[in-house]
Amino acid sequence: MAQFASLSEKLNHIFSKLTKRGRLTELEIKTAMREVRVALLEADVNLKVAKDFINTVSEKAVGQEILKSLNPTQQVIKIVNEELIALMGSSNAKLEVAPKPPTVIMMCGLQGAGKTTFCGKLAMYLKKQGKKPLLVACDVYRPAAITQLKVVGEKVGAEVFEKGQGNPVRIAKEGVKHAEKFGFDTVIVDTAGRLQIDETLMRELEDIKAEISPTEILLTVDAMTGQIAVDVADTFNKRLEVTGLILTKLDGDTRGGATLSIKAVTGKPVKFCGTGEKLGDMEPFYPDRMASRILGMGDVLTLIEKAESAITEEQAKKLEKKMRENAFTLEDYLVQFDAMKKMGGIKDVLSMMPGAGKMKLGDADIDESKIEKTKAIIRSMTPKERRDPNIINFSRKNRIAKGSGTTVQDINRLLKQFEQTKQMMKRMKNNKMFRF
Amino acid sequence: MGLFSKLKEALKKTKNSLAAKLTDLFSRNKLGDEFYEDLEEILISSDVSVLTAEEIVEEIKERAIGEKCRDKEYVISLLKEALYDKLTAAEPLEIETPAVLMVVGVNGVGKTTTIGKLANLFVKDDFTVTVAAADTFRAAASEQLSVWGDRAGVRVVKHAEGADPSAVVYDAVRSVKAKETDILIIDTAGRLHVKANLMEELKKMDRVVNREYPEANFYKLIVLDASTGQNAFNQVAAFKDDVGLDGIILTKLDGTAKGGFVISLCGELEVPVCYVGTGEKIDDIEVFDAEEFVDGLFE
Repeated sequence: MAQFASLSEKLNHIFSKLTKRGRLTELEIKTAMREVRVALLEADVNLKVAKDFINTVSEKAVGQEILKSLNPTQQVIKIVNEELIALMGSSNAKLEVAPKPPTVIMMCGLQGAGKTTFCGKLAMYLKKQGKKPLLVACDVYRPAAITQLKVVGEKVGAEVFEKGQGNPVRIAKEGVKHAEKFGFDTVIVDTAGRLQIDETLMRELEDIKAEISPTEILLTVDAMTGQIAVDVADTFNKRLEVTGLILTKLDGDTRGGATLSIKAVTGKPVKFCGTGEKLGDMEPFYPDRMASRILGMGDVLTLIEKAESAITEEQAKKLEKKMRENAFTLEDYLVQFDAMKKMGGIKDVLSMMPGAGKMKLGDADIDESKIEKTKAIIRSMTPKERRDPNIINFSRKNRIAKGSGTTVQDINRLLKQFEQTKQMMKRMKNNKMFRF
Repeated sequence: MGLFSKLKEALKKTKNSLAAKLTDLFSRNKLGDEFYEDLEEILISSDVSVLTAEEIVEEIKERAIGEKCRDKEYVISLLKEALYDKLTAAEPLEIETPAVLMVVGVNGVGKTTTIGKLANLFVKDDFTVTVAAADTFRAAASEQLSVWGDRAGVRVVKHAEGADPSAVVYDAVRSVKAKETDILIIDTAGRLHVKANLMEELKKMDRVVNREYPEANFYKLIVLDASTGQNAFNQVAAFKDDVGLDGIILTKLDGTAKGGFVISLCGELEVPVCYVGTGEKIDDIEVFDAEEFVDGLFE
């Protein structure tokens, strides 16, 4: 997808002909919105949803005064972004709790959406909150699905109720009874993946629902889903009245436009996101981040937020000053590495940078074990050497190599890298991109 | 049931929507800019990439204008032709024994199920087949593969959960060499293409096969879920970059999803579609036929 110009580039092009500032005219909006629509479609937002969205936004945009601080492109993106965020709803969707325990949570979705894995994640999340969840295995169709749930349950230390390949409706019912009897406060019912057009299996879900009256019915949707997301969400919602949505596999490089589609068509909140294969990889949903992701502007917000918590304000100020004075030293380099680590590793940080997902991390991939090596090298330098690497001659290099258990080549490589970083910072400073 | 009847049946839902949209389009519009814009959108709403949709429409438009054609039927035939050309841009895959098929893809696309069906297909064609459970990560993945292995009546080579997948591959290769098995199919763990460490793991398996079994024809097949959107492009591009790809298997075509992205993929990345999955039963797999696929979309 790298061949596509970004939305802001395209909009810049449209507005480049616009010489005088003022209000956005209907014609400009129309041209700009065509590009917004393409951006949404490229992000997998459903065609109809995209059209509706564009209509609403256009109405709001026409005649709006361009804020002094913004150019027309930024103004349009701002309006679009705000509308997207509004449409995707709140970030704080909590799980409902039944007035009388147990709270019953029923999972549903297409095959391969990630229901079973998410059941495990949810169980772990609930356990951390001091709850006692019971997992109920109602996927009696997929080979070894029950075994998978049992393994997942064991990993998080949650009991799994299963009755082999029996009748899923009965298993669900007995599972809830089991929970009542043995004091489980939450029941998570894993169901088989099914196509929304599979009449028999959809009816089975309705039967399960009727039998166990769940407090939550969560529709699990793969974030990579295409145009079809609308039909899937609509059918599941119409037949089951789902209470919330779960987005999985958000740790990939999908733009995730399906989110907007399923949100628009069901009106139900996105309650959680799956962000990795480990059972702890579950996050709340942030509509603002999702909006910039769909528009292809990267998850800049997350990055900034993470950076803020990793580097203290004081450190940041110092760093900024040093960058201004171009006095960035190896000592600062060390601080930076530690901060990066706190931010969840370099790969995480890179993956959130706009465009980094597209350019594929292979190019920018940094081996984290190499970072340890780098830190060892810097720690083996004298303070004077750290401040002024130019004095590091051959004999100093030999000493540092011995001290850090590395080779002179390693040290040369590091010094070269450091020089490059310095250069890069110089450029970033000029671009005003770097705002720690 | 004829060879392609199941595919046709599966595509009926696909065709319903695409064909219905086109009929609606043709009844509404004259051949003009708006018509072509709408046509482009119809293609995009089948998950064809924006770039490919633009290309196809541009090509049709130019030809129609060049030939001074105002006939809608003719425009449809041009569209069919263009889609067919895209789908056949890559050389079709021919599997020659002894063969190793490594099946890759992101999580939840249906790799294990597809391998069960493929094994069965090959057995029916009188090949000897072994499958290797190199997905040692997902809970119970090897048990799932074993069930399919039993159904197809093929041998399954597996290790414990958490074992090194390359070790499974190594053992499987040794075993098929000793037994002179025709085809080895390797099931790999689902991995998102952006995860560098997991892609490294895959490259290692790739190296093991190349090193230990150079005389075999080694094919790498990616499984794509028909309900996926534009991300399919990134998936194929990344796996192709890292281990090379010889073919695409498109699964879950029994749903309403169109899998239109394959039109972009074949054209832009030159990887052919070789099989399609049309259901959960062991026989629900077919050799891909571009002409049938395109015809199915319009009938």
